Amino acid sequence: MPPKFHGVDFYNVDGLLSEEERAVRDTVRGWVDDNLLPIIGECYVEGRFPKQLIPGMAELGLFGANLPEEYGCAGLNNVAYGLIMQELERGDSGVRSFASVQGSLVMYPIYAFGSDEQKKKWLPQMASGKVIGCFGLTEPDFGSNPGGMITVAKETADGWVLNGAKMWITNGSTAQAAIVWAKTGAIEDQNSIRGFIVPTDTKGFSAKDQKGKLSLRASDTSELVLQDVRLPKDALLPKSGGLKSPLMCLTQARYGISWGAVGAAMACYDEAVSYARNRVMFGKPIGAFQLQQARLAEMLTEITKAQLLCLQLGRLKDAGTMTPQQVSLAKRNNVSMATDIAREARRLLGANGILAEYQAMRHLANLESVYTYEGTHDIHTLVLGQEITGLSAFS
Amino acid sequence: MKIAVCIKRVPDSEARVKIAADGKSLDEAGVKFILNPYDEFAVEEALQRKDKAGSGEVVVIACGPQAAQETIRTALAMGADRGVLLEAATVPADGLAVARVLAGELKGGGYDLILFGKMAIDDYNHQVGPMVAELLDLPCVTCVAHLDLAQGKGTAEREVEGGMEEVEFPLPAVLTADKGLNEPRYPALKGIMAAKKKPLEVKPAAFGAAGLEVLAMTPPPERKEGRIVGEGAAAVPALLRLLREEAKVL
Repeated sequence: MPPKFHGVDFYNVDGLLSEEERAVRDTVRGWVDDNLLPIIGECYVEGRFPKQLIPGMAELGLFGANLPEEYGCAGLNNVAYGLIMQELERGDSGVRSFASVQGSLVMYPIYAFGSDEQKKKWLPQMASGKVIGCFGLTEPDFGSNPGGMITVAKETADGWVLNGAKMWITNGSTAQAAIVWAKTGAIEDQNSIRGFIVPTDTKGFSAKDQKGKLSLRASDTSELVLQDVRLPKDALLPKSGGLKSPLMCLTQARYGISWGAVGAAMACYDEAVSYARNRVMFGKPIGAFQLQQARLAEMLTEITKAQLLCLQLGRLKDAGTMTPQQVSLAKRNNVSMATDIAREARRLLGANGILAEYQAMRHLANLESVYTYEGTHDIHTLVLGQEITGLSAFS
Repeated sequence: MKIAVCIKRVPDSEARVKIAADGKSLDEAGVKFILNPYDEFAVEEALQRKDKAGSGEVVVIACGPQAAQETIRTALAMGADRGVLLEAATVPADGLAVARVLAGELKGGGYDLILFGKMAIDDYNHQVGPMVAELLDLPCVTCVAHLDLAQGKGTAEREVEGGMEEVEFPLPAVLTADKGLNEPRYPALKGIMAAKKKPLEVKPAAFGAAGLEVLAMTPPPERKEGRIVGEGAAAVPALLRLLREEAKVL
């Protein structure tokens, strides 16, 4: 078991955090040290999500922690929420993904687009972990281009009928409720996309675990099939409308990912520093060699920059002025830097770096997914390109 | 049930502490401070006792600098009801001076139970709890590893050399908590938010004359580099000889 984690804070970024923000971070940090790290290596190798952690996460209040208290949530600010994501991903990207999906992709759309009845019915149950959710947007043939989706919802006299398939759905087989996005109008009409709350025990709904993943192995990733799924009228999220709605959810989740990536990078750096100090080769610790020092110096520099980046992003989000393009920049930068750090840490660890006993290779493999999901690195590059030039590269 | 828990702000058990320029105190710059780990057991026990009783109040009391308010809020985030900080820029090294200030605060408070951690991990003194009991003329049980309370009486188990000791005492009483008494909870996020709104009274602490003074602090001597005597079973006799003759540990 790795020693207790004490963070990476070269620029006294802690001094920019409030007492509550630090307390939240420390509580999640301690929980991850005690409950997640001792089991994650084994879960990863066996390819299973540590479901037994759900009640503990709920008890701490990790689900939808930035949503209001009236729905059973903690009502934290977005910096504290980001710090939760950082600490969870310091444990494992798969476990952070679980919490991201529950909070930002399931509870958030119900909160933002749901009716009062829907909010009162679902949010407290989700905050307490009694209902787990998943988010069905991506389809087998529509990843970076979700507006092209072919899942449809037809209105009937008493409700809706959904048909289609979704892929790469985190929590898909675990969930009791799925937020499914479907076109309610013509197949070329992106503006007809609406969100639906689908209880996963509804007839015609099925979820199948996606086998053979070499990344995010401690996470449930599933394929959803909706075949004549009949839903009552009130399954529709009334305030959802157009592709913009699911993209708003993704902005929330990507915000958390920007922080999460810093956590994964910190874990890899911390492990690399400790290894470099202790591993002796040619009669001295490998940390005394310039090549390893350069690696570590680079890691610390990138982590420090990323910390300041997401802290300011969080302050902008709390002030209500954060733009999706700013989130794109942070997600793109931080996940890429974390992937690079995980790879360099893995290399610094030599042969030991390929073992599940150490963290670097697990984080590295995970981060390749994080690099690709929630807007690939390339798509975020194009989002920024469009923001800079005013010219879209997509169409 | 009204319960007081006396807590202390201490350097993180894994912090690398440095001795300050005066040679007799710690340099606090850059050191992270935490709620004394043994006090966590005391806070947890108080919360569980209050829950079991169905009603009551858990009051957290600390002697310390202004920053100890944060330590108190950690206990409030765990679920304690209110806090009292007896504020002083520095806490004397003399346990009796601290105990007098705490006893002054506790006296007349109507507490059924007064809990401490068995010791603070910074000074290792194990003093303040028993001293407070003495000053308040209350029974004291130290290093409690298991506790039962019923009808104004308590039974406690203590780990003693080679086994367990069971003692009985009337309430009110002063107890100091040992590891294993319970499993302290994490302060939940809602608790952290709620802690901000809970009452925290700050009063100046007036310490009397101290009976002892710290003259000097020195770090432990640097450990000498290890030596590899040989490899495999063949090295065992040489290792034994060195352990016996050189290190003199056998």
